[in-house]
Amino acid sequence: MDYFIELLFSGLTRGSIYALIALGYTMVYGIIGLINFAHGEIYMIGAFTSFVVATVLSIYGFPLLAIIVLAGVCAAIWSSAYGYTIEKMAYKPLRHAPRLSPLISAIGMSIFLQNYVLLAQTSDFLPFPELIPDFAFMEPYAHIVGSSDLMILVTTAVVMVALTILIKFTRIGKAMRATAQDRTMAMLVGINVDRIISATFIIGSSLAAIGGLLIASHIGQINFYIGFLAGIKAFTAAVLGGIGSIPGAVIGSLILGLTESFATGYISSDYEDVFAFSLLVLILIFKPSGILGKAETKKV
Amino acid sequence: MKFGVRRPLLAAAVALAFAFPAASMAADTIKLGVAGPHSGDLASYGLPTINAAKLVVAEVNARGGVNGMQVELLIEDDVCKPEVATNTATKLVSDGAHVVLGHICSGATKAALPIYKDAGVVVMSPSATNPALTQSGDYPNFFRTIAADDAQAQAEVDYALNVLGLKKIAVIHDKGDYGKGLAEFAKVFIEQSGKGEVVLYEGVTPGAVDYSAVVQKVKRSGAEAVIFGGYHPEASKIVTMMRKKRMNTQFISDDGVKDDTFIKVAGKHAEGVYATGPQDNSANPISVAAIAAHKTTYGTDPGAFYENAYSAAQALLNAIEQADSTDFDAVTKALRTTKTDTPVGNINFDERGDAVGVGFAMYQVRDGQFVEAK
Repeated sequence: MDYFIELLFSGLTRGSIYALIALGYTMVYGIIGLINFAHGEIYMIGAFTSFVVATVLSIYGFPLLAIIVLAGVCAAIWSSAYGYTIEKMAYKPLRHAPRLSPLISAIGMSIFLQNYVLLAQTSDFLPFPELIPDFAFMEPYAHIVGSSDLMILVTTAVVMVALTILIKFTRIGKAMRATAQDRTMAMLVGINVDRIISATFIIGSSLAAIGGLLIASHIGQINFYIGFLAGIKAFTAAVLGGIGSIPGAVIGSLILGLTESFATGYISSDYEDVFAFSLLVLILIFKPSGILGKAETKKV
Repeated sequence: MKFGVRRPLLAAAVALAFAFPAASMAADTIKLGVAGPHSGDLASYGLPTINAAKLVVAEVNARGGVNGMQVELLIEDDVCKPEVATNTATKLVSDGAHVVLGHICSGATKAALPIYKDAGVVVMSPSATNPALTQSGDYPNFFRTIAADDAQAQAEVDYALNVLGLKKIAVIHDKGDYGKGLAEFAKVFIEQSGKGEVVLYEGVTPGAVDYSAVVQKVKRSGAEAVIFGGYHPEASKIVTMMRKKRMNTQFISDDGVKDDTFIKVAGKHAEGVYATGPQDNSANPISVAAIAAHKTTYGTDPGAFYENAYSAAQALLNAIEQADSTDFDAVTKALRTTKTDTPVGNINFDERGDAVGVGFAMYQVRDGQFVEAK
């Protein structure tokens, strides 16, 4: 039973990690129907930014809490700037091009950003400081779930709730939903669609940056390539849950994380990817739009 | 003499090496064959062995030869190709080589060995690492001064079972050629030893965000040690995760982990981790002298397998001296029983033909540094 609970928590942690990245994929897809393959790189840039900020601040002896908050804020701002710029440079000029063009542009952007960080920083793995301390009250449970796991679980839950409130109950959320439903109609009723799209990219990038901070602190190392595999898995999770749906991204991520964890625990970690992707295939056969996805009726 | 010397730089060395044999050509000589790639793509692996042989022979001849007989070199090119190597071997045998230093590449060595075996010629390679060359038992005439490909796994398993005295081992790898190959050897060695058992054998996906599930599995298996085949990024994630889960399982890994980046990334969790790495010869005065001799004679740093070749030439000539004969049985017996001081250590050879004590040493992280664990 203990073993089951341990695997359950490790699956939930892994799922929450995917969820923080998957939310960005799903939001962008919901608004403009584009799979932003550069999103994994935004996450990686967030991790690098928080690495730089945290290193500098710890040299000046700031308290740990201040370091986490400042690093998180700086990473979110910096990653948002990247997300905003990517949208303006690589996707906006292609908004009326065939659907495949922005997709190729996104893949190009992803490759560009990876190599940019490789050249500007280093190809080596860098040690990421342990920003999340071992909480004293967690010590009796440390063998089951660590403090950083708990932090990731809580953050993901908070972020999902906050995002749902933002989209359901605020002006900008309403505008986002309107843009997602029908872009032309939204423009006709006076919504600045370009601004809404930019806002979506900024929110998605900030989430990825916070994910970068938490995950890098959890794993303890970063390099220019971490965005790729995490991005692919998060994208899979978003598709599993129904791309375009925010609760769907979280549910899909948790299912993916738990599948991988239990497959490793009860069968073999050699097969964790086999199980994860078999599950994806099965769900897409029986429910092509994903668990919570709406069937697409409009032609884009 | 079948080779031409173009570079004036080499002329002095060659004059030195052959001054004495030339003077005593009438007397019997010991013929030391040197085979390997001396031209073509892989020449850089073979040429340092010629330099090493020349230096050793010059030194031996200068102090009077082997039991009064001067040593003569027979140098033949095999271009690292198995089909050429058989011709090379035939040529050396018909020229009367008593012992052969070579070949360099495992494939060429394997092709040439049956010819030497039939002729009763002892062969010693400085570089052929294919495990089967010695382990198959097909070539009683073959010896080597380099560790076989599986020596690292052997070193890890020996350390875990015999030095640390552990019984239950989890073997984990990163599914790559290097890591998985090593893990498979480790698994076989543990099972063959009869002293321990493999309680878990798993591959992990490199680059995954989180290894906690596999770490839980290690914990559940009751393993006392993890032998990990792979590189430092995964190793540091797994070690960190084990320590965060308050497990004090030993962690033993390979030279893909024996890297300062590992210590930098894993930080305090790296303490106590074991990793095998190539043995360090820099404190051995013979090694220092051999490298210095190369610099004085040829004006450059020695190339690949130089120390191993230097050691092999010394071991071969010493064995002939000890056996006082070039008879096959006497020489092989001497190689197995008497030790020779060489750049790679004071070595003799085991039954299979591998040099005892050559290869990998065990290192442990202590106070943020890899130090040799005795």
